[in-house]
Amino acid sequence: MIYFDNAATTQQKPRAVLDAVLEAMTHMGNAGRGAHTASLDAARSIYDARTLLAELFHSESPSCIAFTSNATESLNTALKGLLRPGDHAITTVLEHNSVLRPLYELREAGTELTILPCDDKGCLLYDALSDAVRPNTRLIVCTGASNVTGNCTDLARIGAFAREHGLLFVVDAAQLAGIFPVDVQRLHIDVLCFTGHKALLGPQGTGGLYVREGLSIRPLKSGGSGIDSQNTHHPDRMPTALEAGTLNGHGIAGLAAAVRFLLEEGLDAIRARELQLAQEFYLGVRDIPGVTVYGDFSTLARCPIVSFNIGEWDSGSVSDELLTQYGISARSGIHCAPLMHQSLGTLKQGAVRFSFSQFNTHEEVQTGIRAVRELA
Amino acid sequence: MRKKELSLIITFPSTADALAMERICARFQAPGRLIPVPTSITASCGLAWRSAPSDQEALETLISTEKLTIQGIYECMV
Repeated sequence: MIYFDNAATTQQKPRAVLDAVLEAMTHMGNAGRGAHTASLDAARSIYDARTLLAELFHSESPSCIAFTSNATESLNTALKGLLRPGDHAITTVLEHNSVLRPLYELREAGTELTILPCDDKGCLLYDALSDAVRPNTRLIVCTGASNVTGNCTDLARIGAFAREHGLLFVVDAAQLAGIFPVDVQRLHIDVLCFTGHKALLGPQGTGGLYVREGLSIRPLKSGGSGIDSQNTHHPDRMPTALEAGTLNGHGIAGLAAAVRFLLEEGLDAIRARELQLAQEFYLGVRDIPGVTVYGDFSTLARCPIVSFNIGEWDSGSVSDELLTQYGISARSGIHCAPLMHQSLGTLKQGAVRFSFSQFNTHEEVQTGIRAVRELA
Repeated sequence: MRKKELSLIITFPSTADALAMERICARFQAPGRLIPVPTSITASCGLAWRSAPSDQEALETLISTEKLTIQGIYECMV
């Protein structure tokens, strides 16, 4: 089987990740719920993961990193915890439903919403930002890279704009984290939401959010914290403030091993290999008659994603042919990003998405190109 | 029952702060270890750093230079 669905979940993980999860499951207790060996082992392992993620994202301290189960939980926490009725939020058509649906929910409760458009290649129209700001604008939330086209958004530009206008800046780093270095302080990011199971190479069920020091977010959940237990309210100190209940300590041990792997290998080297594979595929299919490729390939500021269609052929059907005839696993449909597909004119047809990882090979890419050529 | 000893107890506002203390102390080979907070002390975090009273000055210097966050420093029988 050839796996080209790494933007959904990276299937192949470094061996160290598997070993770390297994090791954790053999000795770990419940972190922060005792001072015995097994509990402290878990607490140390989780703190280790916080420290590594703080290094990866250039966070002020490990305590700015709170763990959740995925980027969706992080985004729900950030948006529902920061926005109130009467506030105004700005987002983009590039977003995944994990951003859009919480915002729609908030809009029904009285939060105002502006959604910025993109050009015909799916790139954000930044000039629309200035006109979108209102007196009650509280935040800008956007993805670091489209999960459909792979193109990055200019976080430095939006971060500078947000700071200039006194707005909070929330970033969905589901696609970006593990591919591009993210310096939250340099980019003026107030909240960075990430998931562990994509390019961070960790297990599913791991994720988290960076919250700028001094920023307080109303938590989605309250409950056991292991600290301040006689208080009738959940503690407001990070990271405990956003971590009610037992964490996925076993998964987080795997995530720590994954981040250590990424830091050792270097994101620049990994990304160079992944973009080389994506570019090889793009160059191999773009001129095939009937094939339409979406996105801007004139820039290196992109994730290793290539979405395309063959004529008017239903993307799900193409995906099924790829699987049954060539053993290729790729994602079809609209990728939980309806506004992006609407902008690209592919809401009905969807698109076939190939997303690459460092563990894919040149031979696999060549098979992918041959498959598209033969199907077209 | 073990005879109680006068100990230096350092408390923390969160588990992450307690773990930061442990990590820094390990790096600088500073004395002490994490224990459950004695019930005689009110603290946010269930973990406390226990050491000998004579270590107080050295630990306070470390806390200051390494910018560790603590809640309180006590001497009590543990």
